[in-house]
Amino acid sequence: MKRTNFMLLAIALLLAILPLLLPAPNGLKEPFAGADDQGMNAVTTSNPDYQPWFNPLWEPPSGEVEGLLFALQAALGAGLLGYYLGLRRGQSQTRQQDRVDAGD
Amino acid sequence: MHIAEGFLPPLHAAAWTAISLPFVIFSARRVTRLMQDQPQTKLLLAASGAFAFVLSALKLPSVTGSCSHPTGTGLGAILFGPSVMALLGTIVLLFQALLLAHGGLTTLGANVFSMAIVGPWVAYAVFHGTLAINAPLAISVFLAAMLGDLATYAVTAGELALAFPDPVSGVGGAFIKFAAVYLPTQLPLAVIEGLLTVVTVNLLKQYSRNELDNLAFALGGAK
Repeated sequence: MKRTNFMLLAIALLLAILPLLLPAPNGLKEPFAGADDQGMNAVTTSNPDYQPWFNPLWEPPSGEVEGLLFALQAALGAGLLGYYLGLRRGQSQTRQQDRVDAGD
Repeated sequence: MHIAEGFLPPLHAAAWTAISLPFVIFSARRVTRLMQDQPQTKLLLAASGAFAFVLSALKLPSVTGSCSHPTGTGLGAILFGPSVMALLGTIVLLFQALLLAHGGLTTLGANVFSMAIVGPWVAYAVFHGTLAINAPLAISVFLAAMLGDLATYAVTAGELALAFPDPVSGVGGAFIKFAAVYLPTQLPLAVIEGLLTVVTVNLLKQYSRNELDNLAFALGGAK
């Protein structure tokens, strides 16, 4: 199981890294722009008259702060997930140990 | 799949909010009941939410030369059923709308509908549909997470097409245009999401047998 998981993670990593190593598709105005932004650009290109009628209540003042908050989101998620898996792994090892002890 | 703040006309924004709201309310009640009936699964529920939190924060490069992010909602939908994910997905989207100016409050209803409602329901249907025809568990989990991810982006394209139909080819033409922006980029990311979900389920099977047995995730001792 451990081997399978490592292989699956390796494939996932490869899929994420490969686009950076491959030559970028030609004719891109901005390499690796966000698809969300591209979607909104498609709206404004085909509907030049459309004006967003509401603005975000608060925007990160810079790309740095935005990066910080995205990192925070990932860290909170990964931290909790790691805590959960670590806790359960420890508990299942204790249970196994108890079973071995009880068998003696 | 985040439609930016103010990017849906008021009528559409209101309609998607009205559609999503009952799902989120129902979801909140389901989560409350789950906490009461099966408090031992509380931590796993939090971990499922955490999975969506981390995956939707990862903007990954794709072979199309743009970046997008997975949704992470398939795992919770498989484990707890799709209705639970409406609330968890809304929390993620609210965090991003308020702190990152990513998505928005006026478009929250539409974004919740794609990421927290349709995505999880598709994942759940694919998971049980493939298990019913005796697909191996890993394949079912992979397809569920991957197709749930893609469905989310397809719904976003549909929401934009309804709001901004093409003057010549109508809603259908606009859908193809928006789908062409999102789906090719999303495909490899959906595969990544599928793989990561399989790895997580493998770990849960190994370490969280008791919790899985308590859930609708009816694998029991099989496989």
